[in-house]
Amino acid sequence: MTDQKRTALYDFHVENGAKMVPFAGYAMPVQYPLGVMKEHLHTRNSAGLFDVSHMGQVALTSSQGLEAAMLALEALVPVSVVGLKADRQRYGIFTNDDGGILDDLMIANTGDHLFLVVNAACKAQDIAHLRANLPDHVTVTEITDRALLALQGPKAEAALARIVPHVTSMRFMDSHRVSVDGAQWWISRSGYTGEDGFEISIPAEISENVASQLVAMDEVELIGLGARDSLRLEAGLCLYGHDIDASTSPVEGNIAWAIQGIRRKGGARAGGFPGAARILAELEKGADKLRVGLLPQGRAPMREGTPLFATAESTDQIGAVTSGGFGPSVAGPIAMGYLPIDFAADGVEIFAELRGKRLPVTVAPMPFRPSTYKR
Amino acid sequence: MKFTEEHEWLRVEDDLVVVGITEHAAAQLGDVVFIELPEEGITVTKDEEVCVIESVKAASDILAPLDGEIVEVNSALVDDPSKVNEDAIGDAWFFKMKIDDLSVLDDFMDEAEYKALVG
Repeated sequence: MTDQKRTALYDFHVENGAKMVPFAGYAMPVQYPLGVMKEHLHTRNSAGLFDVSHMGQVALTSSQGLEAAMLALEALVPVSVVGLKADRQRYGIFTNDDGGILDDLMIANTGDHLFLVVNAACKAQDIAHLRANLPDHVTVTEITDRALLALQGPKAEAALARIVPHVTSMRFMDSHRVSVDGAQWWISRSGYTGEDGFEISIPAEISENVASQLVAMDEVELIGLGARDSLRLEAGLCLYGHDIDASTSPVEGNIAWAIQGIRRKGGARAGGFPGAARILAELEKGADKLRVGLLPQGRAPMREGTPLFATAESTDQIGAVTSGGFGPSVAGPIAMGYLPIDFAADGVEIFAELRGKRLPVTVAPMPFRPSTYKR
Repeated sequence: MKFTEEHEWLRVEDDLVVVGITEHAAAQLGDVVFIELPEEGITVTKDEEVCVIESVKAASDILAPLDGEIVEVNSALVDDPSKVNEDAIGDAWFFKMKIDDLSVLDDFMDEAEYKALVG
């Protein structure tokens, strides 16, 4: 494949023995010589460095000021953007007119403008959506000259603080701009592994130097997309295009927590986003189905698409696994999927069909392993 | 030791054919986390799926390399699938087969031919 895009760290990955695979139009490292299992456990026990430069970085500015940009974005997302304080970020979703999810994203208030991080596979569509639907006073700028790294794990703070001492003062979901040796580092205390850690946007031209400095530290290993997936699965975090998509609503997707009260019925800025009629109704009455955690009772991993049934004999499929596999820290198979609301309660036993056999699965709370965010 | 194009190794012990997967196959699979073995005593035909092997990345099958009877399986692998990554051509054998005619093994690749295949 010669048409795959490369991040600024492509050569660095290859030099470090990465196995590169196509992902969302990019050649990305799926694993390094350590392997998925050890990379996963290293992130949980120490610190893992991920290249997530394929994700979209977008600035929203308004000629009418920050508040105007925040209000404008609220027309596309059901979260409180106006309520987001300076130097803070929060999780958000773009919804469609049917109440489905177009993408999930991070929204940061820099004090001057909004900074968004969107999924790689959706970024062209997201940017087009923003440009088509935001008012003329808002300028949408895709930032293409910066790399994005994630440093995750219990030793991430100690490692990053050697280069940027300021990070010890940050708490979960802080988003700070720090000048380091003349370069602007945009750092948030966040990630997608269930661990404490940071996402770090830096000028692309210094990314190899920064990654090299971090990997040279005893605590830090390079981690590929394989372990990124098992880490986020254990953390109960959904993967867009698999666990949530344009056909699932935020209530069905079990991410209703992302919708603050001020955007719900009776709130000061209730509704006013695509699909509000359905989403507001579901927030009050509940949805017909729900994304739940699934713990297979045996050892067999249950992957995306595995059909789910109410009993060992029933012929009517009630749901399907949307992502699943082996959780190295859980030391067993874990999965998530959608079930009718009557089955979507912790402890309910259902059955999955795997290679022609019905195997028992227990509906389980997520995360599968407690998250360790530094709140 | 003989090798199949499906990246299995075959070795004869006490007139039985012992079957496992090669180090190359184990490395390609990555960390193995789940193994399902056939029942002892069943009769299998060549290329029939007899074992399931799953790594952190994906699921794949092991095919019967020959017609014959599965006379013994390595149930220790079920309890500790990581043996496949640690000792693919030793401790991590999958099953032993009884076949009619051991001379059919001559048709499989030897080590030099297999190494040429996997580069």
